[in-house]
Amino acid sequence: MKKLWVFIKKEAIHIIRDKRTLMVLLIMPLAQILIFGYVITTEINQARIGIFNKANDYAGYQLVNRLAASGYFKIGKMIDNPEEMEASLRKGEVRMVVVIPSEFGKRQAESSGVEVQLVADASEANSAQMLVNYARSIITRFDAENGLSGRASEIPVTIETRMFYNPALKGVFMSVPGIMAMILILISAMMTSISITREKEYGSMEILLVSPLKPWQIIVGKVAPYIILSFINAVTILLVGIFIFKVPMEGSWWWLTIINILYILLSLSLGIFISTVSASQMVAMFISLFALLLPTVLLSGFIYPIENMPVLLRWLSSIMPPRYYIQAVKSIMFKAGSFMSIWKELLIFAAFIVAFMALSIKNFKVRLS
Amino acid sequence: MVTVSGVSKYFGNIKALRRVSFQVEEGELFGVIGPDGAGKSTLFRIILSLLLPDEGEVCLWGKSPVADYKAIRRMVGYMPGKFSLYEDLTVEENLNFFAAVFGTTIKENYHLIKDIYRQIEPFKKRRAGKLSGGMKQKLALSCALIHKPKLLVLDEPTTGVDAVSRSDFWEMLQKLKNAGITVLVSTPYMDEASLCDRVALIQKGHILEISTPDAVTQGFGKQLFGVAGENMYKLLLHCRKFYRVESVYPFGEELHLTFHGGGDWREELIRYLYENGLANVRIRPIKPNIEDRFMSLMSITEKENG
Repeated sequence: MKKLWVFIKKEAIHIIRDKRTLMVLLIMPLAQILIFGYVITTEINQARIGIFNKANDYAGYQLVNRLAASGYFKIGKMIDNPEEMEASLRKGEVRMVVVIPSEFGKRQAESSGVEVQLVADASEANSAQMLVNYARSIITRFDAENGLSGRASEIPVTIETRMFYNPALKGVFMSVPGIMAMILILISAMMTSISITREKEYGSMEILLVSPLKPWQIIVGKVAPYIILSFINAVTILLVGIFIFKVPMEGSWWWLTIINILYILLSLSLGIFISTVSASQMVAMFISLFALLLPTVLLSGFIYPIENMPVLLRWLSSIMPPRYYIQAVKSIMFKAGSFMSIWKELLIFAAFIVAFMALSIKNFKVRLS
Repeated sequence: MVTVSGVSKYFGNIKALRRVSFQVEEGELFGVIGPDGAGKSTLFRIILSLLLPDEGEVCLWGKSPVADYKAIRRMVGYMPGKFSLYEDLTVEENLNFFAAVFGTTIKENYHLIKDIYRQIEPFKKRRAGKLSGGMKQKLALSCALIHKPKLLVLDEPTTGVDAVSRSDFWEMLQKLKNAGITVLVSTPYMDEASLCDRVALIQKGHILEISTPDAVTQGFGKQLFGVAGENMYKLLLHCRKFYRVESVYPFGEELHLTFHGGGDWREELIRYLYENGLANVRIRPIKPNIEDRFMSLMSITEKENG
């Protein structure tokens, strides 16, 4: 036990003495969440849209005013014919066109209803989807207030649920758990994998191997100090999320902490596993970056919704730990979830940790090459 | 006691060691002498259980590095060729770390490292990375010694170290030997061979000879001459052309030269050189050293191997 303690102390000295790396490790997550928070905002703000108003009646103008007053849209162009509509979408002058049919006001009052057409530029599929959703919700609400009272119940439930946890439709809410998932796994995995391969590169691993230290002591000793560092990172990101991006925190801090600690342990054990299969710091860094960054961003549901993925990728995403982290954090922070709503994710974390640790200890080479 | 019998090691197509056998006696200072790439480090790593031999067996006091590597690792101290301590830890922290890892303390075995450690103690708060080459070696030796190993394995400990530190270092090894520690040391410097009890000359994975340093030089068996002149390069070329010359190598300020059959054909050689425009050539009989022996053994094995 004393050996392990001495090893942890030595590891902590490495971290503290390397001031530059330490600063990078502490500041990088902060910078990342600020950048991501402001850049990957899926929020819609003053998007330029076109209006193809075939009706030109009072109700039609009211709808246009309602869209413009929402703040999400800016009326960029009034369109007179279908050719013009296509041209301005193609040129990118507007991102969506709202087509108001002729005799809009009159037909709105009829029981057969009326169709408002939304034509969006789907070359940016996600934002197009978002624009359509926003517009739809505004139009349905407008319809509910002005049309036949009975039709209010036809409002699609999905729109309401989506806005329930994110009433202001602020994208940054959704991305904070995703950013945390990404930053924590990247930093934790990269840090441990590099610190172990560094010993291999400098040759000190040769001496450690010739010592009576057991593989698990080397591994645990390597990881322990990084738990604290990663936890500081998690706290920083959370505080920025809550105080700068006003992410709601409805649930229990206790469970949020548990989720984070387990996820950090998972990331660290993944880092160890990477280090047992890579010979140099460079290789370890590349594996951490490519094997972790891309799947986290693409497959965890952080940016692209899992439901829209092909079956194979959906299956792949189910072995991505960040996916479960995002689910669990959202459940706690946005929905005030209890243990019952996250126990599955916690169990999955535990399974990953055990698996990575077992693989690493098994893979740990007690000899050179 | 360390026994190495018939050990071979291949790295792909490269034969790093070919049927190497030798024995190191208890309390002996045993040197493995050979140029870079001869297989010294590979041999040591096999003995230390860090690499597995492809053929042959190694035995340290009855324990095998293959089957019982944990026992081996408790009884050896190792100083790799590359400085492998933590450069961002201070001298004292490094020593404390290795002492604790081996389950001991500096106090407990201070008597062993006292002589070496005293020289670096004034710098004990300095980070290991900021030490000079000689001091790094002393620290590395202290760390390898701190748990009082039965066998101390030193891989080229004096490479890249100044002459004064080198002789200090060898004095230290003598003291450790006297303290009863078996020392296995490798070096590319032939002059250090004479400081060992016995040496093994190794070249391209082959052991050329195992003997005491004196016996190695006596094994040379021929009269050796030192040749000096004005134009050394021209002198070398013409000596090589003279039909009675068996071997000639440049060696410091002289050429080391033998005649066929170990004879003395100095007058004929001087005359031959004079006819070729080389005057003022001085030839004197000299005693062979280990490097001369090494060179002659090398040319013999090369002939044998075609």
